[in-house]
Amino acid sequence: MSWFDQGWGLSLTVFLPLVGVGMLLLIPKSQERLIKFVALGFGLASFAASILLLFRFEFGSSEAFQFGTDLTWIPAIGSNYHIGIDGISLPMMVLSTFITVLAIVYSWNHWPDPHNPKAFLALILLLATGMAGTFVALDLILFFIFFELVLLPMYFMIGVWGDRTMIRLPGFKREVETRLYASIKFFLFTLFGSAFMLLGFLAIYFKSDPHTFDIVALHQAGSMGVFDGTYGMWVFAALFLGFAVKVPMWPLHTWLPDAHTAAPTVGSVLLAAILLKLGAYGFIRISLPILPEQAQTWAPAIAILAVIAIVYGSLACLAQTDMKRLIAFSSVGHMGFVMLAISTLTEAGLNAAVIGMVAHGVITGLLFFIAGSMAHRYHTREMARLGGNQTLMPIMAGILAFTAMASLGLPGLAGFWGEFMALLGAFNPLAGLSLGVFRTAMVVGAVGTVLTAGYLLWMLQKVNLGEPSEEWLGKDLHDADRFELAAWVPLVVAILAIGIWPKIVFGATEGAVANLIKTAFGG
Amino acid sequence: MTTLLGLLALAEGGEHAVEVVTDPGGFVGVLADFAWLIPVVPLLATFAIVLVGKRLPLKGWELAEGAIGFVAIYAVALLIANWVTPMAVEHHIEISRIGSLPGLGDLVLEWGWVVDGLSIMMFTVVGVVGFFVFTYAKGYMEGDVRFTFFFASFSLFAGGMLVLVIAPNLIQLIVGWELVGVASYLLIGHWWEDHDNNAAAIKAFITNKIADVGLFVGVIILGITVGSFRITDVLDAVARHDSALAAVAFWAGLGLFIGAMGKSAQMPFHVWLPDAMAGPTPVSSLMHAATMVTAGVYLVGRMFPLYQTGGMADDVKTIIILAGGATLLLTGLIALVQDDIKKVLAYSTLSQLGYMTAAMGAGAYTAGLFHLFTHAFFKGLLFLAAGSVIHGVHSNNMSDMGGLRRFMPSTYKTFLIGSVALAGIFPLSGFWSKDEILASLSNDASHGGGAAATLVLVLAILGAFITAFYMTRAVYLTFFGEYRGDGHPHESPRVMTYPLWGLAALAAVAGFVNIPGVYTPFTEWLASRIHVMGDHHAGGLNWALALIGTAVALAGIAAGTRLFRRDAATQAERDRFRIPVLYPLLEHKYYFDDLYLNGIVGPIKGPIARFVVWTNQVVIDGVVNAFGAAARFASGYVYGWVDQRGIDLAINVVAAGAGEAGGVVRKAQTGKVQQYAGALFAGAVLLVVGFLIFS
Repeated sequence: MSWFDQGWGLSLTVFLPLVGVGMLLLIPKSQERLIKFVALGFGLASFAASILLLFRFEFGSSEAFQFGTDLTWIPAIGSNYHIGIDGISLPMMVLSTFITVLAIVYSWNHWPDPHNPKAFLALILLLATGMAGTFVALDLILFFIFFELVLLPMYFMIGVWGDRTMIRLPGFKREVETRLYASIKFFLFTLFGSAFMLLGFLAIYFKSDPHTFDIVALHQAGSMGVFDGTYGMWVFAALFLGFAVKVPMWPLHTWLPDAHTAAPTVGSVLLAAILLKLGAYGFIRISLPILPEQAQTWAPAIAILAVIAIVYGSLACLAQTDMKRLIAFSSVGHMGFVMLAISTLTEAGLNAAVIGMVAHGVITGLLFFIAGSMAHRYHTREMARLGGNQTLMPIMAGILAFTAMASLGLPGLAGFWGEFMALLGAFNPLAGLSLGVFRTAMVVGAVGTVLTAGYLLWMLQKVNLGEPSEEWLGKDLHDADRFELAAWVPLVVAILAIGIWPKIVFGATEGAVANLIKTAFGG
Repeated sequence: MTTLLGLLALAEGGEHAVEVVTDPGGFVGVLADFAWLIPVVPLLATFAIVLVGKRLPLKGWELAEGAIGFVAIYAVALLIANWVTPMAVEHHIEISRIGSLPGLGDLVLEWGWVVDGLSIMMFTVVGVVGFFVFTYAKGYMEGDVRFTFFFASFSLFAGGMLVLVIAPNLIQLIVGWELVGVASYLLIGHWWEDHDNNAAAIKAFITNKIADVGLFVGVIILGITVGSFRITDVLDAVARHDSALAAVAFWAGLGLFIGAMGKSAQMPFHVWLPDAMAGPTPVSSLMHAATMVTAGVYLVGRMFPLYQTGGMADDVKTIIILAGGATLLLTGLIALVQDDIKKVLAYSTLSQLGYMTAAMGAGAYTAGLFHLFTHAFFKGLLFLAAGSVIHGVHSNNMSDMGGLRRFMPSTYKTFLIGSVALAGIFPLSGFWSKDEILASLSNDASHGGGAAATLVLVLAILGAFITAFYMTRAVYLTFFGEYRGDGHPHESPRVMTYPLWGLAALAAVAGFVNIPGVYTPFTEWLASRIHVMGDHHAGGLNWALALIGTAVALAGIAAGTRLFRRDAATQAERDRFRIPVLYPLLEHKYYFDDLYLNGIVGPIKGPIARFVVWTNQVVIDGVVNAFGAAARFASGYVYGWVDQRGIDLAINVVAAGAGEAGGVVRKAQTGKVQQYAGALFAGAVLLVVGFLIFS
């Protein structure tokens, strides 16, 4: 299996979906059944490769980049095909292949208009390559390409299969379809950030000596202070814009509620579960180790923005009437906890960030699945019209209640660890960071957990409880079908398993995180 | 055996550690090693009931009953073992290292179990009272729409509560703490077709969540400062007067106590408990009287040396004793004016929790937990008896009852036993525990407790009068006079009355395990712990206070009898009871609910949340959309000299690459994205060049 361990395993994980895209393009559009099986096959193959990597991963040295390869790619600028995974990227990569398979399974009998499974599945597989690629790339140019690769399929997914409700924007004369506004906003916002990110990458390249895009080499250079000073300050700012839009951090988040709400169900799931993580992952993989000094300067600002996001996102949720938009806004708050954790620059913090991302991926992914299935049946997402779902569809309602409990950070379920340890890290941030700022952030963040519990319980009350409204009587509302359960039960199991035995994630991250903190910050 | 468990833990990827202070050895040692089954069995029962409960002959009840019966037997076995030879054993299984702390080493997450006097006492209460309540609930919930789900939630509660009391570290304690919170939420809202019940459930959860901010902050402070979440490590640091801990101990202790105030419903967090009566009565009995609400008192007891050691969190004790004092008197007064029999008992529970808290604040570890112990039996009993009454007359209101002693003899007799025990009449259990609290308060008042302890002692004596008074009122209104309700009241089935008699027996005799100066095994049970408690409970029987307490209680009974013994005839006299100002104040529960709802929750859900959305849609998105509009305006000028064909070509290539999607998308495109993207990239290139030149 040496070929597998030396780059092929990772390459298969990343590029099998892309091969799948090619295959799909060759199959006539009318062969829907074949198309579905081919897409599922490639999704499963990629997932299987990532699971095999998981089993072969050397957890004892999770700080080392494993299964890697480093091939000359664009010699003119010294950019290599350098890939590899450590304990931080491993959980993220497995999460991305896992969610991709579930998205395909769920799609089996859920096709948003205008149907066209061939194009839809091709886009999912293209996304899968971009997502997994971002987590394994160890070269800035390669990272950038994968990072941008996800933009396009998501843009089409929202723009073509999205919500067609007409909205009128302030300052514009004509009404537009929600999907158009949301997809363009998503595209441009991210592009705006990416432009600065690319700028930052170039600036890093030109400052490094010898010029290189290699992330591992740059980690070394970064820990020796090559990028210190005002120059590094601007570079950090540029990268910050790129990553912060993707996370998204307050106040760059406004694309998120629109994009999530307008996207088809599977699009929302992939957006929430994986795409949001790319930004936070960028902070951990690139900004912190390459620019450690600047990270310490910026940390209090990030912490403040993060707690604003926690409180602001939760308050915004309290005022929502649309179930899907509520779940979308909840991501703002949850990613706020992830960013608060990262800003502490501590082991506890980065461990919290990774488990927080994994947990948010499985929990919010599941919430979007359920919200989509409910909208599919009720043809509305207005919570005021729902109610009594527990009577009408007990299984779906039960899973919704379970997931909402996980989302509000119930101990024993996945969401707790990221939230609690983010607060733990904030009590004791990296030496030299302002205790006043971080301890205030800890208390404000803890208050945010109350608001989080508030909006989720109110959502459950409005949607699940009470007597069903008259308008649903006699309607054919069938409970979760087997494709839905096939997509959801694995997520329920993951939520429970990570909650009871967090070592599933920490086992991979603890060594890698300790090494990162030690190299970058000497702690 | 320990080695076996260790291997098991290592196979799971964790490290197994045992701390043994007193090794019981032999069979008892095996019992202690396997005590992890105590929380695990009810939790497994929960899963089993959810998955297969509906298909079983007794619809899942047998699984719940079997699990709680197992806990009861295991707990009693441990109790007897501990009675013979005091023991204190802890097991820890490491599940993760989450980060290192300078000078303190690694911070570790663990699951574990502690088997010592305090945890065994709690297992016994949960197991034994739980067993009676689960049995009773089979009759009470018969025919309920969600019979199976009820027992799943009830088992979840039992499991969560046992996770909490068996926890040797603070993280696991939080896990149990929140699990019981969820079970409470599910069970208060058991009849969720009615939104009033849902509102009560949410209120309970959110109120506790607010208090949990304190608990979380306290646990984080302790964990980071000591470098370990293990309670023994924290108490070790307390015992060696660790200076780093001393610097933050006040805040940590206060944080934990705020958490305790939420769970144990101390003022001003008490508002959720009366509303929690919306749940089925067995829930009120087991969770909202006997066990769950005592978790806060248990927490203070578990962390007792932190509060008792000078230089640590001992200043918090003043806050604890005052919170307890205020709660025991003020909530007791509200019980006087309630018509709903469950609300009378709920306010009584608040008041009794105030007694326990006040005892803890007075440094009387044994007294506080002894009252927890006896209260679990007599208050659990009172709720079950009230449930039996409600079952018989189909109403919660005492104005619909009356004369029931003729229709429901077993219920009447057991309710009377519970009432007399609660009123603190010799020789029933409440007498012994309440007297011990009074004696401890007096002891504290003369040993550095100062004015606060003296004040609370006076309040506690007044409280004894009020307790006797409202219970007398409840007994007369419910069981004497003429029946005022509809239909024909009937005695409950035996599946309900047998548990009543079981609890009545315990409520009568439970006090004998701690007769000051004569026979005090209870004190020794609780003392078998790894750390010395530094308990300040009174040694011998305080005759003067015992007499005063009894006299006051008898006076309360006399007053209650005078006002309420006959029916309509004394209406004029009863009206005299409606004291101006005080009576409306009590009826409105001191306006706490109005303040919280209109002053805090309303504004947050209403104007504040709307303002945030307005900021989002109008201010932030206003900027975003303005950028879009400006770009479109600018593009009109750029249009002429940007190579439109080139960009279009690029887009077409991309579209082709994305397969047929492009064809569909082209229709959707407004033709603006390319321009934006082009302008952005052009800008980015300019910035790169400028940046490179600039630096």
